[in-house]
Amino acid sequence: MKNLKPHTKHNIVTFAGLALVWIIVSVMRGQGVLGRSTTGLLVPICCYVVMALSLNLTVGIMGELSLGHAGFMGIGAFSGIIASQSLLNIIPSVPLRLITAMLVGAIFAGIFGFLIGIPVLRLRGDYLAIVTLAFGEIIKELITCLLVGVDEHGLHMIFNYRGLKNVDDLGLSPTGQVIIKGAQGATGTQPIASFTAGMLLIMVTLFIILNLIYSRTGRAIMAIRDNRIAAESVGIDITKHKMIAFVMSAAMAGAAGALYGLNYSNLVAAKFDFNTSILVLVFVVLGGLGNMRGSIIAAVLLYVLPEALRGMHDYRMLIYAIVLIVVMLTTNSPVARNLFSRWFRFGKKGEEDA
Amino acid sequence: MSQQKSRLNIKMVPVQSHAIVPDRDADKSPILECHHLGIDFGGLTAVNNFNLMIGRTEIAGLIGPNGAGKTTVFNMLTKVYQPTRGSILLDGRDTSKLSTAQVSRLGIARTFQNIRLFKDLTVLDNVLVGLHDEMDYRLPSAIFRLPDFWRGERIARERARELLSIFDMQDMADAKAGSLPYGAQRRLEIVRALATNPSLLLLDEPAAGMNPSETSELMDNIVKIRDLFHIAIMLIEHDMNLVMGICEGICVLNFGEVIAKGTPDEIKSNPVVIEAYLGKKDKKEEA
Repeated sequence: MKNLKPHTKHNIVTFAGLALVWIIVSVMRGQGVLGRSTTGLLVPICCYVVMALSLNLTVGIMGELSLGHAGFMGIGAFSGIIASQSLLNIIPSVPLRLITAMLVGAIFAGIFGFLIGIPVLRLRGDYLAIVTLAFGEIIKELITCLLVGVDEHGLHMIFNYRGLKNVDDLGLSPTGQVIIKGAQGATGTQPIASFTAGMLLIMVTLFIILNLIYSRTGRAIMAIRDNRIAAESVGIDITKHKMIAFVMSAAMAGAAGALYGLNYSNLVAAKFDFNTSILVLVFVVLGGLGNMRGSIIAAVLLYVLPEALRGMHDYRMLIYAIVLIVVMLTTNSPVARNLFSRWFRFGKKGEEDA
Repeated sequence: MSQQKSRLNIKMVPVQSHAIVPDRDADKSPILECHHLGIDFGGLTAVNNFNLMIGRTEIAGLIGPNGAGKTTVFNMLTKVYQPTRGSILLDGRDTSKLSTAQVSRLGIARTFQNIRLFKDLTVLDNVLVGLHDEMDYRLPSAIFRLPDFWRGERIARERARELLSIFDMQDMADAKAGSLPYGAQRRLEIVRALATNPSLLLLDEPAAGMNPSETSELMDNIVKIRDLFHIAIMLIEHDMNLVMGICEGICVLNFGEVIAKGTPDEIKSNPVVIEAYLGKKDKKEEA
């Protein structure tokens, strides 16, 4: 056990930091310091932190660029919404239903991760990135074709690929309720997501990822990233380990998606497009590849930044872009790195971890 | 000597059907047998009719001029390349349907000519990757940190440090593998290969880039590994002092064909080998 000390210490600090943030934010909410708009950002921030963490598993740890991560988030969101809405009467307890929805989201995204992984993980580098991008878009389009409703007989589902059918074709009984209306997305969802659930999800995700990394499986995944041929030559099963990383990454994105979906009463599949994938990728790259703590910080800051810049009106995205470029340049320059590491001791440790 | 005659001469060289199996291995079956092994890349035959047997604790050398196909033989043995012809038997078991990873689990470990370490992992982690199959805990145990995870990790870490101590590298355990000096990286590759618990260790130019004193240390270490682990070692090397100093059987490859096999003394005096390395005497010179 003593051999694991440096990692363990580093991880405990991360978890303690998260807990501290949790307490501070909760207290501030209790005191009414946070405005309505800020409070509304809390759950999405948590979701994007989990997205960044899970994508970091694929990009930073496995070393493959995935551009379709939002697709898994979408699968998680809509399967989570379906689960939550259809279990409305069966599981009256909100926390329990939320957990169930996140698990359903994770499982469905994991299954899709596995199915997509079979062809995708045969590829490497640019080719893998392009194919994941395509699958991400396909998922989005498929969800747009879905018509789902629920009544006392159970779930009714139509795959409206020709666009000729509408909600009436679901054949719901008068008491039935429509959950997903094709391109209009999920409507009338009961928003049950909470900040507490978000923080717990972050911690669970972080716990799983860190424990994965510091195990034989995680080492094998990183070994494949560093040198595929050498990893194979010491008996590592390449496909199996890549699949483990990819499916876990997809499943965690699914859980984040479910939480995200249950935060709004209306949600369209178009939300989970290429732009969202890139947004999360930016968090990961800026936070540092393989650096989980960096991913959390980058996701929070970069998600809040555009909102904080709302006062700038038209110049908002311009400033956002400039900030991105400046951060990229400074974090890559050795001089700036030294400076940062002198300012914040944790910054330096994070770099070592990356 | 006419062109025709010299070509005939190559065929007349007595290529023994088996390698020189050292006395201590004489009554045992060989660890590695290659029968008529060959590989084509498109129309080009890179290696052809490669026959070899290696004893269980033998140190064998594979030499030959550049481009002779030595590394290709290693790549076929480890299934990085799939042989076009022939068969490979490790400890009597056919490896033709196995993948690189499966061959490694069966007992062939290797190092690479151009070092292939896991650069961003620590030295200890590099060895632990080699010990992957020695740990038997499963993924859920790792995620929930169950007792069998701790037990497996503890045993593997002790074993890794023990292996590193063979080369006095235990103090470097927490350094990044990519930050090690060149010689240490070569040694770490050998340690990682040994971690997979092989019965045959393939070393691809282990002394490349080393000075004479490092090379002589390496020679001692190779013999030490053989004596400590009781495994067979096959090495590709251009440093003739090393090859002649520690190898018990030597196989010489030229243009993908075995041109000679024998003990170091036999190889040293074999005219075909000398010709392959230095070129044959000019007609005029002869006259």
